[in-house]
Amino acid sequence: MTLLWIGDAILIVVVLPIVIYLLAATLQAAKSIVPSVRSIAATAAAGSKDLDAAALLLTTQDQVSRTVAGVADYGGSLDVILDDAKEGR
Amino acid sequence: MIVLAIPAAGWVLIVAVLLIVLALVYYLVSTIVALRSITSGLDEVIASVTEIVEKSAPVNDVVNAINKDLDAGVDMLEALLVKKAGMVDAVGLVDGLYPGAAAAGFRNFPESTKVEAPRISEVYTKGTLTLARLGREAPIAAANPAGPVLRNVEAGSLAARLLYPSVRHTAPPELPRSPVIGTDAPVQYEQRDDIGAPRKRLPASRTGGG
Repeated sequence: MTLLWIGDAILIVVVLPIVIYLLAATLQAAKSIVPSVRSIAATAAAGSKDLDAAALLLTTQDQVSRTVAGVADYGGSLDVILDDAKEGR
Repeated sequence: MIVLAIPAAGWVLIVAVLLIVLALVYYLVSTIVALRSITSGLDEVIASVTEIVEKSAPVNDVVNAINKDLDAGVDMLEALLVKKAGMVDAVGLVDGLYPGAAAAGFRNFPESTKVEAPRISEVYTKGTLTLARLGREAPIAAANPAGPVLRNVEAGSLAARLLYPSVRHTAPPELPRSPVIGTDAPVQYEQRDDIGAPRKRLPASRTGGG
């Protein structure tokens, strides 16, 4: 009977606090991750939204191609109109 | 009867075990809820990151194509400038527009870095330099070593107007004013008698000749 009381005492005084401490620490760690994950999710969503304009790069590419073609046309005309530099310059 | 046979130490043991089980249930359920929240948050992150990957996938190819087109344009313009102006004048013109650019030279002409850039005002005539300054505004005008900027880019138009011969643009003190008419006019003219009178007959030779 004495041993049973000693076991009860150990269970209540030692085991129960240790179990509660470990579980509380685990819960606290898990809860501390939640805001970080939400922040990461918001940042990723904002980054994805920022990239919506990436599709316009195709328009930019087309405009650049046309502009370079126009410059090439002007350059060809200037090549015809203007005399070449004299030799030795 | 069996329950009553349990000693007090046994009841304490049962209560202690129940407390431990309750603590386990409470904290583990709370941890599960937190982990589910983390999982849902990570799902959102994965979805957004997937979108980022999909949206940014063609960017590299498009940017490379744009750079390729721009490189072709730069190559063409450099070649044209060197062909038409000559290496020395081309370097001088570029250095005049963008001071210090002569040190970098032309991309497709490595020998251009060894060319000593002439002062643009010594290569081109004053008129050409003036037109260049007026047209290109900031770079060449601001970097002109010989004098002040010729053009006030915000409000100045006199420099451009001076290029053209014009009486009004040279601003004489006062041009003749338009005549003032009416009863209050400073100069009054006498009324002519023939105004309102019957028209004179034309000579007979003109009327009868037709």
